[in-house]
Amino acid sequence: MKGSKILIESLLKEGVEVIFGYPGGSVIPLFDSLYDSPIKLILPRHEQGGAHMADGYSRSTGKVGVCLATSGPGATNLTTGIATAHMDSIPMVAIAGQVKTSLIGNDAFQEADITGITRSISKHNYLVKDVKELAYTVKEAFYLASSGRPGPVVIDLPVDVQNQEAEFNYFDKIEIRSYRPSHFGHPGQIKRILKLIYSAKKPVLIVGGGIISSGAHQELLRFAESANIPVTATLMGLGGFPSTHKLALGMPGMHGTVYANMAITECDLLISVGSRFDDRVTGKISAFAPEAKIIHIDIDPTSISKNINVHIPVVGDAKAVLEQLVEEADPEKLPNLDNWHKKIKEWKKKYPLAYKQVSTGKIKPQYVIEEIYNQTKGAAIIATEVGQNQMWAAQFYKFDYPRHFLSSGGLGTMGYGFPAAIGAKIANPSKEVVVIAGDGSFQMNIQELATVDTYDVGVKVIILNNHFLGMVRQWQEIFYNRRYSGTPLKNPDFVKVAQGYGIKGMRIKKPSEVKAAVGEILASKKAVVADFWIEPEENVFPMVPAGEAINRMIGGMA
Amino acid sequence: MVKHTIQALVENKFGVLARVASLFSARGYNISSLAVGETQDPTISCMTIVVNAEDERILEQIKKQLHKLIDVVTVMDFTRKDYLDRELILAKLLKQKSSKDLLDKLAKTYGLKLVEETKDYYIVELSSESKKIEEALKELEVLNIKELVRTGRIAINK
Repeated sequence: MKGSKILIESLLKEGVEVIFGYPGGSVIPLFDSLYDSPIKLILPRHEQGGAHMADGYSRSTGKVGVCLATSGPGATNLTTGIATAHMDSIPMVAIAGQVKTSLIGNDAFQEADITGITRSISKHNYLVKDVKELAYTVKEAFYLASSGRPGPVVIDLPVDVQNQEAEFNYFDKIEIRSYRPSHFGHPGQIKRILKLIYSAKKPVLIVGGGIISSGAHQELLRFAESANIPVTATLMGLGGFPSTHKLALGMPGMHGTVYANMAITECDLLISVGSRFDDRVTGKISAFAPEAKIIHIDIDPTSISKNINVHIPVVGDAKAVLEQLVEEADPEKLPNLDNWHKKIKEWKKKYPLAYKQVSTGKIKPQYVIEEIYNQTKGAAIIATEVGQNQMWAAQFYKFDYPRHFLSSGGLGTMGYGFPAAIGAKIANPSKEVVVIAGDGSFQMNIQELATVDTYDVGVKVIILNNHFLGMVRQWQEIFYNRRYSGTPLKNPDFVKVAQGYGIKGMRIKKPSEVKAAVGEILASKKAVVADFWIEPEENVFPMVPAGEAINRMIGGMA
Repeated sequence: MVKHTIQALVENKFGVLARVASLFSARGYNISSLAVGETQDPTISCMTIVVNAEDERILEQIKKQLHKLIDVVTVMDFTRKDYLDRELILAKLLKQKSSKDLLDKLAKTYGLKLVEETKDYYIVELSSESKKIEEALKELEVLNIKELVRTGRIAINK
């Protein structure tokens, strides 16, 4: 069997149904083998779009997303998508063509050292020089991508290897002596954790993307409810715990809720599950949870004691460790936390997540998101771009289900949301998929409107158009004396752009039109691009200035 | 900054050295020396890495990050262990009147060996533990070292 066919057959063995791939000189044999395979090919209009689509496909389903590009520029265009997936621990296999083996290192046409380039932005990578190693490499790549702390794995495949012949044998099992991720938490550590919980008066759970990637939402709910511990979910953890639950504190950190940040600052026990104490969450480290004993449960040992010194480290899978905690906990010994809950209730009442409803005649972005939340009954998959749109979506859409919030948390990639939504809609055709975009970030992968039209992907694009790169503008307003350097945007007519691609475009300028417009957008089976002209200088509040303690928030404290 | 000796047993595969090196540069860790060679098992290479770590936390991170690399099989830190370490140096020294006496003295104290004598130079070798190498190098300074090459430290657990 030819190498190109071996690759496709291996992908089929891994259960791959869709590939987001862009052709080029070094992958023509692969595309030829794809032509009559059962795998569906989605052609993005830029390789970066393809990588984000594979990412959105993965985040919304938990399956490994697959993208494909040619050598050189094709592969370098994938890198932002690979780095995005890497920072957020998203399982992905990225396949890149390479010039033929005899030319590697010769500065051949469309040659780039893609294993070198992706070394620090992927979980692992391979250059396959021998067709006999191809099937095993694919098996290993999928195993690495989806196990332990998931992440993107890159396979660089020279064009001559695609044409070489070998026998096709696929392995059922895999064993890598140097890679054995932990699953269960150490029993001694579980006992130590429970002891701290029994004596805690003000405990808080902080949960992150690890809850989603390990599928631990039910175990988390059971544990939090049985121990009656309030839960704050980071951006990556949104949907891992129901936002509408009475124990939910909302998001912590820079644009988190006041009550989540107050609770962290005052708690005496902080239990982190699958969250990595990112600087956007912790703010000033010395003032972060200063009173608390800290427990850190994570599958990746490098995440533990990297940013925050912890008292009890547990290396293990979030789901397995939470199960252990639920099983081992003695309900008799769980403390009464009424006073703590009373205090949190007061904070919630005093500092609710809100926005000023002054009638300037302009649309408030938060209102648009609330309206989408209400009309989708919280069941839509929401993809965001990066910046203000992302934070408003995180704050005002209440996520009750895992894998319903797709956002570039770690890398903060503008241009992520729209293609990610396309990937998610292709994976979940019966679900409502909405992109919350900014006018800046939407233009970073706007060419994917062609993909939407080609495959009739019914995503709904909500542009919160403030004619600014809003988040940077907000910092310039607050910290740089309103010197709007490089942030005002002169935009194209998004309605006409959409129409040019054969997609319905709408423009909404008045608050009174929002409700009906959202209804119309959601009623459509086909894609819609809706250009909401919002209050241009609306800010995301509350806000913790970078490097400041998280209980010192601007806005929202009044 | 304290120097720590770490041993990583890695898959003897193409690209593994680059992975280790780029890990150190990407995360801003400072390598003082790095020695790589095959072990008794041809599928495994041993890397002895001497790192400068500001504090215990950085050292821990270095070890954990190394171990996280898929091709790294085991990581051992010699810091609190009973171990033996060696480094080999080769030095080219300008011939001077007094050189021979000093070389004889260093041969006695450190086991320095004269391996080659040319018209203008002596080439000497010394294999010893780090502390002795540093001492010997200090004494050799007066002899006008024209060239010095060192292998970096290797170590073995006792």
